Amino acid sequence: MSELTYLEAISDALRVALREDDRVLLLGEDIGAFGGAFKVTAGLQQEFGADRVFDTPISEEAIVGGAVGAAIVGMRPVCEMQFADFVACAFDQLVNVAGKLHWRAGLAAPIVVRLPCGGGVSGGPYHSQNPEAWFMHAPGLKVFAPSSAYDAKGLLLAAIADPNPVIFLEHKYLYRRVRGEVPPGAYTTPQSANTVRDGDDLVVIAYGAMVHAALAAAEAIDEAGVRVLDLRTLVPLDERAILDAVRDCAKVVVVDEANYTCAAGAQVASLIAQYGYGDLDGPVVRVATPDAPIPFAPSLERAALPGVERIRDACRELLAY
Amino acid sequence: MGEQGEQPAAGAGAEAGLARFLTLEDRVELLRLMVTTRAIEERGLSLYKQGKVSGSFYDGRGQEATAVGATFALGPDDPVCPLIRDLGAHLVKGTPPAAILAHYLGRAGGVGRGRDGNVHLGDATRGVVGMVSMLPDMMVVAVGMAWAFKLRGEQRCALSLFGDGATSVGDWHEAMNLAGLWQVPAIFVLEQNGYAYSTPSSRQFVVDPLERAKVYGIAAASVDGNDAEAVFEVTRQARERALAGGGPTLIAAQTMRMHGHGAHDDASYVPPELFAQWAARDPLERQRERLRALGVDVAAIDAEVRAQVDLATDEALAMAEPPPARPLEDVFCEGEPRVVGRGAAPWSGFAGT
Repeated sequence: MSELTYLEAISDALRVALREDDRVLLLGEDIGAFGGAFKVTAGLQQEFGADRVFDTPISEEAIVGGAVGAAIVGMRPVCEMQFADFVACAFDQLVNVAGKLHWRAGLAAPIVVRLPCGGGVSGGPYHSQNPEAWFMHAPGLKVFAPSSAYDAKGLLLAAIADPNPVIFLEHKYLYRRVRGEVPPGAYTTPQSANTVRDGDDLVVIAYGAMVHAALAAAEAIDEAGVRVLDLRTLVPLDERAILDAVRDCAKVVVVDEANYTCAAGAQVASLIAQYGYGDLDGPVVRVATPDAPIPFAPSLERAALPGVERIRDACRELLAY
Repeated sequence: MGEQGEQPAAGAGAEAGLARFLTLEDRVELLRLMVTTRAIEERGLSLYKQGKVSGSFYDGRGQEATAVGATFALGPDDPVCPLIRDLGAHLVKGTPPAAILAHYLGRAGGVGRGRDGNVHLGDATRGVVGMVSMLPDMMVVAVGMAWAFKLRGEQRCALSLFGDGATSVGDWHEAMNLAGLWQVPAIFVLEQNGYAYSTPSSRQFVVDPLERAKVYGIAAASVDGNDAEAVFEVTRQARERALAGGGPTLIAAQTMRMHGHGAHDDASYVPPELFAQWAARDPLERQRERLRALGVDVAAIDAEVRAQVDLATDEALAMAEPPPARPLEDVFCEGEPRVVGRGAAPWSGFAGT
């Protein structure tokens, strides 16, 4: 067991997959000799060769569509979008080809599309987005969003092993800020939610970077026991774990770093309204980024993204309800 | 490279050249496949007019030679991504007529099991990867399949067919660029029927797609798309080049869509003289003439196919409606995913493979 950063854990998962399964291929822009914009794939082309790790032209549709083609004849391609924002350019291949292929033709497309996502790094409106909800709404696509180094590796290996197309959100803010114990070799994280902090008075439901903000907010509240539920996967959504947490705590704050409308948290809130209403002791409270593009200036970005203070205040207000 | 704009020459010499790789049985089979294509589509249109087929109905009348001829050059392990006018590709790969008619009817035993209809079909177990409506998405997928074949050192290629309209979409350029860059064993067949729905090519692009092939580093060939044997031959050469490591080929097949885009479209935007001109170049008639000259009883083929399609229609109409109770079934795959399968390869060149 060694302590790795979130980024190193992702690299390690790719290395393990390339080593253990010769069907695994990596493709993306600048991922070969250069090692990727964030250096997630650093050294992999040197270690595994240019016929396993491919630099592609700037062609997101061709990256994803090409991966689909390779997958349906037996390969396990893992694509990197240089930034999650650019997946918009590959939307058609994901939504209309990859996601519907098994249902319509009995042909699954076991591809993984890695999306370095999220804000907090002054990336501005085109390098900060959280596009998970686009894909939650499209049938046939799985959506994973790990928050820890351990889960980043375990969920990426689970994604590569999964027979379905998986959108894998890796949060840029966490790349080098989060570290943790990561076992060597292969293991998979279950596609389910995980309670990362215990408490019975209120539950904060979050995923990705917001898990860390939620944990910090919970630490700041001494007067009550705040539970934090890390969703880990958005498709499949662990409905049982969400409803169990609501039953135990009766008060719930749902946090998204993504824009407010139709976010993953909106689905969580709707689930609770429909099936957990009788367990509630207060309104379902949502904290998310307003429905505006993510600004560049640090002061503006801080004001837009849900931070520890906003989550803490939302919890306090709900606890007093 | 080096075949830019190559046209098969007219005349008896060319006829002999075309037939070099085709036995008489192959030439009869090409006719039979085209006749079957038309007979199934005529039956589908009739079922649509009877109110038995929902939605609209789309056919490839006049373009039968292109899909049949090109797919006829494929080996059993070469997948094909057909488009809207390419029913013949499914037939070459061995999809039974009853499964196609049941697909039109939305029956459980149809290729699409009622989940998708009209020309959206593809029996993956036979090496057919069905189209989506967004064009030309499957061209990119074909590049990916061909890429995998090349990486694994397999003697296989992937064929993708599409129309003029598809050449204006970004995916076309991304597929051409990547295929040229990675020199993958892919064959692109452009069915140049001059229209994208109602819009003539003159209002779609300035530079002919065949000319564009060169700038992507892709070999190009032009062919009479209404001549099944010529299309077969140019595709056979493209496949040979692809398997020898010579990379992709763009084949531009000149043809004409003799119906509207769908049954709802009377194609009144097409000048009548253009239809008349192409009616004289009917691909089925062309093959019939060839075979008549060789003493083949072509009327007997027509009769056999008609009887076969009659039987298939009865079979399809007798099939059950799909069970509506499980909307989420098969949205996700559980277990080991199936890969694209092996189809029929009726060309005598593949006998015993």
